[in-house]
Amino acid sequence: MKWIFIFALLISGCSQQSAPSLYQQLGAEAGIEAIVEGLLYEIEHDKRIVHHFADTDIARFRRLLAEQLCQLSGGPCVYTGGTMQESHTGFNISLADYDALVEGLISVMQRQNISIAAQNQLLALLAPMYKDVSYR
Amino acid sequence: MNRSLLCALASILFSAATHAGSKIVATGGATTIEGSAGGGIVPWAVINGYASSGEWATNVFASQVGVDDFTLNAYGASLSYDNNWEWSVARQTFKLDTLGGELRQDIFGVKYHIAGELLYTALPQISIGAQYKIHRDFALPHAVGARSDSGLDLYLAASKVFFDQIAGRNLLLNATLRATKANQTGLLGFGSTDNNNYQLMFEGSAAVLLNYNVALGAEFKQKPNKLGFAAEQHWRDIFIAWFINKQLSLTAGYVDLGKVAGFNTQQGYYMSLEGTW
Repeated sequence: MKWIFIFALLISGCSQQSAPSLYQQLGAEAGIEAIVEGLLYEIEHDKRIVHHFADTDIARFRRLLAEQLCQLSGGPCVYTGGTMQESHTGFNISLADYDALVEGLISVMQRQNISIAAQNQLLALLAPMYKDVSYR
Repeated sequence: MNRSLLCALASILFSAATHAGSKIVATGGATTIEGSAGGGIVPWAVINGYASSGEWATNVFASQVGVDDFTLNAYGASLSYDNNWEWSVARQTFKLDTLGGELRQDIFGVKYHIAGELLYTALPQISIGAQYKIHRDFALPHAVGARSDSGLDLYLAASKVFFDQIAGRNLLLNATLRATKANQTGLLGFGSTDNNNYQLMFEGSAAVLLNYNVALGAEFKQKPNKLGFAAEQHWRDIFIAWFINKQLSLTAGYVDLGKVAGFNTQQGYYMSLEGTW
């Protein structure tokens, strides 16, 4: 029993010393909220894609996107929205639309001075969603 | 030819839309000395410029390679559509600095993106391409044993960006298979008196994207060796490319062309300037 306790202490000690999670690197809850706000601003000012959001419930979109980024990056959240396929069906999102959104996200992350490594980790998680999001 | 090419360039420039396409900066690659999107000497599966789905892009470039006994100048233009099609034209002037004289070659290229997407799919972006090359000063290549003044290169290329690979940076890998009869990429004509077969050559590139705008890379280009008068060797280079924005990029490199036309260890610089609309 004593050994288990020591082992647990060692593990927790080690995990505290390991590199910060992507969630931490993105600035945790406040950082992710800022990313979502920034992305909403980018979308609003991007003539290429803003029309796709004409009928979107922005408050709901804001909450779900924050949940999704939090969960994806290893934060303490559970994404409660639908699948990417479900939520994009009928929008016929093109490659150009997807590129435009990624470009917007990159601008936001650059403005928030998120490290290039953390940006690339997030892009690595989001890029493969293309197949579920596009042309549906 | 010079004048008509310039006129074509000018009309493309003035008719082009002023806004850049939607692709992410640097994902159009640089332009090879043969006019196709890629690195400096290897055509990649990427399509030139920033035209994403349903968009058009135009691209112009000028490059210079200076090695011990030769200087190669290349310039040209390309048009691309839908991130699927690329049409290109390039003129190469190969100055024989030590021997005297120059050799010119024109290259008409087409590339079609058949599958995958550079950034977004597990499958690499895969493209097929053709380069029709026609020599404009064939007397010398003919005299040293080249069979034909024109040739058609066919290639299959696969390119993929892997995110967060080296110190958190993204890594681009490209592999290209090329069927060719060209001697020194066509600068010394095509085929020889005793060998007119196509040969399958491997070309590869790797580049680390230090950030969204700067890439550091290396390339290798396997080459045939058909002409009896002088051995031909594989090419290699290292380069740094700076994509200043979606309109302008600069590339500088160090090249090793091996033996060229009887001259050993041809090494030197590579520089390229590119504009995209």
